[in-house]
Amino acid sequence: MQPLKRFLPLAAFLLLVVLLVRGLSLDPTELPSARLGDSLPDFNLPVLGESVSRQAEDWQGEPALINVWATWCFSCRVEHPYLLELAQKGVTIYGLNYKDDPEKALVWLDDLGNPYTETVVDKDGLFGLDLGVYGAPETYVIDGLGVVRHRHVGVVNEQVWNEQLAPYFEAGIAAGGSD
Amino acid sequence: MVRLLLSLMIFWSAQSLAVIETYEFSSTDLELRYKALSQELRCPKCQNQNIADSNAPISRDLRAIVHEQLEAGATDEEIIEFLVDRYGEFVRYRPGMDSNTLWLWSAPIILLIMAVAVVVTQIRKDRDRQTISSNAERANRLREKFDGDPS
Repeated sequence: MQPLKRFLPLAAFLLLVVLLVRGLSLDPTELPSARLGDSLPDFNLPVLGESVSRQAEDWQGEPALINVWATWCFSCRVEHPYLLELAQKGVTIYGLNYKDDPEKALVWLDDLGNPYTETVVDKDGLFGLDLGVYGAPETYVIDGLGVVRHRHVGVVNEQVWNEQLAPYFEAGIAAGGSD
Repeated sequence: MVRLLLSLMIFWSAQSLAVIETYEFSSTDLELRYKALSQELRCPKCQNQNIADSNAPISRDLRAIVHEQLEAGATDEEIIEFLVDRYGEFVRYRPGMDSNTLWLWSAPIILLIMAVAVVVTQIRKDRDRQTISSNAERANRLREKFDGDPS
């Protein structure tokens, strides 16, 4: 008992070190979406700049990104060039124009380029609420069956794409490249 | 003095501007439940505030939802479930019991048991020590007695 007792402070210290290191490496802002593994919630929203509307089923068939953006959102401007790059690579990106003025949104796409296959307008943010959106930009990955696979909060850049989003597309992009 | 008054007035007005929107309720009961709920629900954006205190747009939306659903006759549980479905257990300041929160809920009880165990063993040890020392004393006395009388 006595020699064991001598190491007790050291053991306590090491335990504390482990806890603190873990505490430092945790990102408390990391919030997994409550919708992971669920189908995209139902919606029926107008397509930006057109007089048609889209439902959740319309976005099935291949993995895609859903990018939540708005003209009032500064970081959306930051990530925009990279979204254009992704679109050029052949990634399907659906836009969700979140609590925005559609007129301004059209001007934005005209000025900065349009990376979106199509953008739906969620003016009052009700679809955003169903999806669990709490700000912009947010980017969701849906698979070919329309199931939410991943949510990234904040700017999408090359690192985020490579580490978090690309794995969901590997197969899809390869298939897309062959046709 | 005038300057002081002026600056006070400026502060006062800034404060009243920061006040969060108010809702009309059809009964005081609903209003009380609204207050309780909005203080218990956590803002997903500004993580250390409840939605009652937060000025974030999402908190504004969530307050509107809570108000709307209360007026529509939803129970507190239904409203909380609605939000947990969308934003996860994270939105609750009093999360339910599941595999993630098991430690959170059981830690106080475990700590209490550990504390009681430590106190009890300490008391026992003290008592043993006292008995041992009184035994030793008696042995000494006896030894003295017999040593003093070598027959």
